[in-house]
Amino acid sequence: MAEPVLQLDSLSKNFGGLRVTDGVTLEIMPGEMHALIGPNGAGKTTLINQISGLLAPDEGRIFLAGRDVTQAEPYARATLGLARSFQITSVLPGFTALENVALAVQARSGSSYRFFGNAASERELVEPALAALSEVGLAARAHVVASQMSHGEKRALELAMALAMQPKLLLLDEPMAGTGPEETDKLVAVLGRLKDRFPMLLVEHDMQAVFALADRISVLIYGRILTTGMPDAVRDDPQVIAAYLGDETE
Amino acid sequence: MSQADVSQATDIAAAPSRRLTGGLFLPLVIFSCFAIIPLLTVFGAETYLLGLVTRVMIFAIAALALDLLVGYGALISFGHAAFIGIGAYAVGILASHGIGDVLISFPVALAASALFAWLTGIVCLRTKGVYFIMITLAFGQMIFFTASSLAPYGGDDGLTIHARNTIAGLKLLDNERVFYYFALLCLLGTYLLCRAIVASRFGRVFRGAKENATRMATLGFQVYRFQLVGYIIAGMMGGLSGFLLANATNFVSPAYMSWQRSGELLIMIILGGTGTLNGAIVGSAAFLLLEEWLSGFTEHWKMIFGPLLVLAVLFVPGGLGGIGAALMRRLRRG
Repeated sequence: MAEPVLQLDSLSKNFGGLRVTDGVTLEIMPGEMHALIGPNGAGKTTLINQISGLLAPDEGRIFLAGRDVTQAEPYARATLGLARSFQITSVLPGFTALENVALAVQARSGSSYRFFGNAASERELVEPALAALSEVGLAARAHVVASQMSHGEKRALELAMALAMQPKLLLLDEPMAGTGPEETDKLVAVLGRLKDRFPMLLVEHDMQAVFALADRISVLIYGRILTTGMPDAVRDDPQVIAAYLGDETE
Repeated sequence: MSQADVSQATDIAAAPSRRLTGGLFLPLVIFSCFAIIPLLTVFGAETYLLGLVTRVMIFAIAALALDLLVGYGALISFGHAAFIGIGAYAVGILASHGIGDVLISFPVALAASALFAWLTGIVCLRTKGVYFIMITLAFGQMIFFTASSLAPYGGDDGLTIHARNTIAGLKLLDNERVFYYFALLCLLGTYLLCRAIVASRFGRVFRGAKENATRMATLGFQVYRFQLVGYIIAGMMGGLSGFLLANATNFVSPAYMSWQRSGELLIMIILGGTGTLNGAIVGSAAFLLLEEWLSGFTEHWKMIFGPLLVLAVLFVPGGLGGIGAALMRRLRRG
């Protein structure tokens, strides 16, 4: 059996007296699109933040492609091939779309301690950046400053930045949050195209998107994994319906 | 993607560099002015004017360095004068031991400021925002009081340097005009270096940390290391400014690194417009010339100067450089 890309081993985290992550064990296999669903406050973003290193877990361990990264800084995890998007859009607002993505390219290509030479005219940065922008449908907006883009465009831009890192694992924290139905459809289409290229952990509230995309689904409730399984099994699981899905899928 | 797409993209990519540091017109004007001033002063108050403009150029170097930190890195240092002091004291202390050659004092001044930037940067850069301001101020004060207590080197009173530095044994800098162009060369070098850094790969990461440090970390950049390198570079530029200042005045004193001086440097870049580089030069010229002019009227010139600064900040938010840029845009549109 292949080695999991990401392995969480009984991860726990408390905020004061509140247990926000409660013994989470999870594996993401190569090529897998794994969705993490659950009600608001279930601890999904907290879990993503622990995986990407912005929060330190109290207990448990995190393995990225077999390496223990529990103590590693966020930048080190990114260098090992972990890319993420944020629930609340996080781009470099004063940079153009192209510069945002070119920076992601630069992060994995060669040294950034170069003090001479105009980074904006470096082909080895611009070409892959434009390619990533085309993939999310933003090629025509490459020279727009990020702060002037629409919300949906920023979401797509964030995705392009993650792609440009050529990650081993993509963490997507509600990529569709706040986007209109049309933009959601576009993003679902983009993710559908990408799912064969990168293993992903997708946190999302849009159930249609989740059931359309995911290979496996984990349901997180009160910081605990209630169940992990194939979409159909999860959809029909009475526990899940009671706790989260309710009538939503009907 | 077609070849044409890419070359078009890299063409348009020249635009961001205009956005970053402005076009070439304003710097050309600025440096041409500096270059011809000595030629205009053949008659009359030559030494006075040369001395004044040399001072402008020297502080412009420190202001450029501070603009690199504040305008491009959001690292608001309230202790930047420390580096001027360190550069100046390097010259002064060496001179008091009879070592007065640029070949030694120049690298020592730069190395000393780099070392101080490195040691303090390690601590300062762990903090953010207002804490960074306070801790840079604290380190600035620390080196200020250290200098004040250096009894063998004049303590509070400062230290007189008996002769300007020589260059490989030649007394070239004794000529005011030569010294003027030497300072101009240093300013030009600093300016070009800053421009290159801002547009470089390193500069991108440095600027990115200003925009969104968390994002930079999750992209895989160890933000702190880049900021430390930037801080050291800016510190060395401050040291260069101090090296020149000691030679210009033949005197060093703890006052060079007082917190007021650090504040003045901040005012210079705010007055000129932060994050433009040109603004740092324009701002230091405006500040020092205004100071010189107003103090000619009354010894209470700060009573006029203060309100003027407030008005400038209120009504010219982009700084003087911003006015220049707006004028340029209007001219271009015709």
